[in-house]
Amino acid sequence: MTTLAPTGRLRGRTTPRRADVVFRSGTRVFGGAVIATLGVVAAVLVVSSVPAWTRFGVDLITQTTWDPVRDVYGALPFIVGTLYASAIALLLATPIGILTAIFLSEFAPRRVAIPLSFTIELLAAIPSVVIGLWGVFVLSPFLRDTVDAWLVATLGWLPFFRGPSYGVGLGAAGVILAIMILPTIVSISREVLSSVPNSQREAMFGLGATRWEVAIKAVLPYARSGVIGAVILGLGRALGETMAVTMVIGNGQDIPVSVFDQAQTIASKIAVTFNEASGGLQTQSLVAIGLILLVMTLLLNVAARLLVSRVQQGPAQ
Amino acid sequence: MAIEIRPREDQPVVTTRPTTEPASARVPTRAPEQAAAARTTKIEARDLNLYYGSFRAVRDVTMDIPANEITAIIGPSGCGKSTFLRSLNRLHELAHGARMEGRLLIDGVDIYERSVDAVDLRRLVGMVFQRPNPFPTMSIYGNVASGLRLGGGPKPADLDEIVERCLTRAALWDEVKDHLGAPGTSLSGGQQQRLCIARALAVDPEVILMDEPASSLDPIATLRIEELMLELRGSYTIVIVTHNMQQASRVSDQTAFFSMGEDRAGYLVEMGQTTTIFTNPREQLTEDYISGRFG
Repeated sequence: MTTLAPTGRLRGRTTPRRADVVFRSGTRVFGGAVIATLGVVAAVLVVSSVPAWTRFGVDLITQTTWDPVRDVYGALPFIVGTLYASAIALLLATPIGILTAIFLSEFAPRRVAIPLSFTIELLAAIPSVVIGLWGVFVLSPFLRDTVDAWLVATLGWLPFFRGPSYGVGLGAAGVILAIMILPTIVSISREVLSSVPNSQREAMFGLGATRWEVAIKAVLPYARSGVIGAVILGLGRALGETMAVTMVIGNGQDIPVSVFDQAQTIASKIAVTFNEASGGLQTQSLVAIGLILLVMTLLLNVAARLLVSRVQQGPAQ
Repeated sequence: MAIEIRPREDQPVVTTRPTTEPASARVPTRAPEQAAAARTTKIEARDLNLYYGSFRAVRDVTMDIPANEITAIIGPSGCGKSTFLRSLNRLHELAHGARMEGRLLIDGVDIYERSVDAVDLRRLVGMVFQRPNPFPTMSIYGNVASGLRLGGGPKPADLDEIVERCLTRAALWDEVKDHLGAPGTSLSGGQQQRLCIARALAVDPEVILMDEPASSLDPIATLRIEELMLELRGSYTIVIVTHNMQQASRVSDQTAFFSMGEDRAGYLVEMGQTTTIFTNPREQLTEDYISGRFG
């Protein structure tokens, strides 16, 4: 047994350990790079769109004419189209996604739940352009002849369902988007629901609840902020999705009212127009609406975080 | 007279059940000749075996649990006492691969019979868990009312009254009456556990199962739970699983000692009056356990 020599063993080191220094500076550099990338992208968008903003100002957001011939650019139809298509997608995907997640985490036996979850996640791996092709050749004609025809016949007196439907249009884009954001909503919600402690389920079972009541009254409320987060992530994807939407949304230049109207989202408008834009004001205006999309997405994320933190705090009743 | 679930005159907490049918209709009735014999026995286990898959967790338990008394189940870790407790309200069967053999009767009715619905059974046999588990998204009021809001039946008109009565019964009313709208999770651990007891009382059970209800609480909160159990004694049949032998000797009328056999299955070593078990047990194993020689 040796005695401790404090001076020699504790004071021998004058420089910090090298591995620590390397690791610390490495994490700083890469962490900073991520933030810098966002900053640079935003800065480029702002700088490149300055001429458009100085020329049109708020008109870029509030005006409805996008006319390269007269060099007048107002993006309101595309902003509305973006929100409209995303809203349809969310309306369809949220209930289906949450119910699927409840089924997977609360009801399905493991031998069903595992392959099914895997299949749903595979849905996210299908390239956007492939889904778009399917949308053009299969989904749009199908919708036109069945669902759309029925909607026009029964609800056609509402401006939102005024026909006729050509298949391609906002509705088809919304359905395509719903399919594309479904994996996000299902897999995150399922994850969140599965992580609800069993003691919560047992507490509800112990009071004489059915399995359905346990899922709806104990598990879902406990997980609600995570489920809302899942829906918001889905919405974020819907807002920015480009390729598949471009293929099925048609090419409408007016503010869409009916779900059967052909339209453009900001993303699809940029994708369709950018190649033929000749630089100058048209290009700058396209960059400007790209900036609008970025700001919309950021605002949405901030709002979502606020919502989630508010939901986490207080009880429902 | 053949109806085995009688309204008890001595029970102050009388609540309206959300189910519209009378309590007696929920469990099939029993032959009259059995009724007299089992009057004071609430729960009878007969050759009960409980399994998780191929693993037998509880072996051949036969025991009678008397009505309106406190029965403590003690024993070393892993001896199947929690599993046994959870078979009494059929919570056991929710575990993956769980199954049972033998018979379990409450008021003479086999609760694993096909005509008995587990959901109805659990309204009759309430449960308090090891860790307080109030619903975090519900208020204190909402937690107590949660059981009464199940079933889709009409909400009892006197919900406020029931909530107050149950919180009073659980010795929590005075502490929470001014902030019933606060989240259930804003309370201290001991208060949360009493909230869970109030929640269990609200659905008007006849049996209350407690799975180490004080094991996560400090000594003062533990004492309050024990006092509360003694107050509920006489109105409810209480079965408590505990690691704490002092607790068993303080609160219970009957004590059952479980141990683990060589096949790792838990079994009942002996059961009797608590004073007898702690002073003059029949079995050497019980003697060794309560004197701290193992477990």
